[in-house]
Amino acid sequence: MRFAIELHSVFKRFGAVTALGGVDLTVREGEFFGLLGPNGAGKTTLISIIAGLARADAGRASVMGHDVVADYRQARANLGVVPQELVFDPFFTVRETLRFQSGYFGIRRNDAWIDEILENLGLADKAEANMRSLSGGMKRRVLVGQALVHRPPVIILDEPTAGVDVELRQTLWRFIERLNREGHTIVLTTHYLEEAEALCGRIAMLKGGRVVAQDRTADLLKRHASAYLRLRVAGTLPGALAARTPAQAGGAYRFRLASFDEVDTILAEVRTAGLHITDLAVETPDLEDVFLQLMGEAHA
Amino acid sequence: MKPQSRENAGGSGFPMLFYKELLRFWRVAAQTVTAPVLTALLYLLIFSHVLEGHVRVHPDHSYAAFLAPGLVMMSMLQNAFANSASSLIQSKVTGNLVFVLLPPITHVEFLGAYVLAAVVRGLTVGAGVLAVTLLFAVPPLAAPAWIVGFAVLGAALMGAVGLLAGIWAEKFDHIAAFQNFFILPATFLSGVFYSIHSLPPFWQKVSHFNPFFFMIDGFRHGFFGQSDVSPWLSLGVVAGCLALAVGTLLVMLERGYKLRG
Repeated sequence: MRFAIELHSVFKRFGAVTALGGVDLTVREGEFFGLLGPNGAGKTTLISIIAGLARADAGRASVMGHDVVADYRQARANLGVVPQELVFDPFFTVRETLRFQSGYFGIRRNDAWIDEILENLGLADKAEANMRSLSGGMKRRVLVGQALVHRPPVIILDEPTAGVDVELRQTLWRFIERLNREGHTIVLTTHYLEEAEALCGRIAMLKGGRVVAQDRTADLLKRHASAYLRLRVAGTLPGALAARTPAQAGGAYRFRLASFDEVDTILAEVRTAGLHITDLAVETPDLEDVFLQLMGEAHA
Repeated sequence: MKPQSRENAGGSGFPMLFYKELLRFWRVAAQTVTAPVLTALLYLLIFSHVLEGHVRVHPDHSYAAFLAPGLVMMSMLQNAFANSASSLIQSKVTGNLVFVLLPPITHVEFLGAYVLAAVVRGLTVGAGVLAVTLLFAVPPLAAPAWIVGFAVLGAALMGAVGLLAGIWAEKFDHIAAFQNFFILPATFLSGVFYSIHSLPPFWQKVSHFNPFFFMIDGFRHGFFGQSDVSPWLSLGVVAGCLALAVGTLLVMLERGYKLRG
């Protein structure tokens, strides 16, 4: 299998700071891949190295099998990047911006596809507007359009929904999911973990410039996160149950579940103790739990 | 949209980058073309009015006729420098340079687009300055090939130096310092307003270390058929400086100096 992105032992230092400390990472063709980590984890540095905006001190990176240094023209031709910063050229209109970007990739007469991008990103009525006149959300859409203008097989979105409204998020994710269904490999970094959980089939987590986890999203959730049973009772829990969880205000308790079978056992003990349950909920594991656990472990 | 696996990178990005750079200065032509033409006109009016009758460099021609080609070349050089330097530093400071760094544009294409756009702006301003100076003084046209050659080579050299400055600079102040402490003194002390034969011997020797002197002197040779030094020497100096600037730029671009972290 050919990898869309492949990184081997990538190191990068900025002065005394180690931004990346030997990153190994693979993204398969057609995947929707999440790259998560706290601020300063090295996500943007990693993306910069893949995109050729920064150079690794050691190690190798490739896009669709093309080395990003030795074969940079092919690597870049296969890659579209939506940068994190909201940058634009104030001299030009939206359509000009997309035409220029298309031309930089050596593609002329690309107006049919540019029109389709404008339509899909809700920019059709802004095509002739100067970039300066657009709102932040609209500028973000243009950035996405610029990354797609050469129809790259691999698309990296570096926090594309940071600070944008719900409407854009939904429009954007619909479009990106469509691109992924059509065969594009998508790599996403985001601080919105629910987005990553909903969209990404596989996830890598970075902490301090190192990959601390890299697996299928479902497997990460299974391995690192737990479900919880939340109970509110009228009265005091029997000793054995109370020992499993600290009491919270108003008779509320939260039990960590090794499996959902434990729910029965806990409820049976509560009933045996003659307690009345006033509220009950099962909290399923989510990526935030995985993230917090892994970041905590990596920090320890 | 089906992804297009691009086993062969598409065509060259050079034509579009060149076109974008042309459009960038043309969109603000009042500032990038008209203003320097007006400035040169003011120089001509003031200096020729004050010095006419006091300074005569060529026995058969007025001081205004001597001054006009110098002003044309000075304007070309300053604007060629300003074009590439300002474009690059603006893109760096605002962050939109990333749009040029992400595509598969080669170092030669990158350099060529910025320098050629600088040449076009330089020549456009030069043509404008020449047109308005002709209203006041008509210099002869002894050897047009030298005029064209020095105009293109000089603008290319300053476009390349502007690109060097733009890559090196981290903020607008750096470019302003480069212009104020290097470009401006070097152009004023290059013989735009005088012949270096009117200088004391020491300063004549100092002038020979100023590349701007050779650009102006060679350009002026094309009009008058005579110059302070041989036009071939001037051509060699300008071509050598251009080769040095281009070579330095290619090394900087290859290493990603201040562009790719």
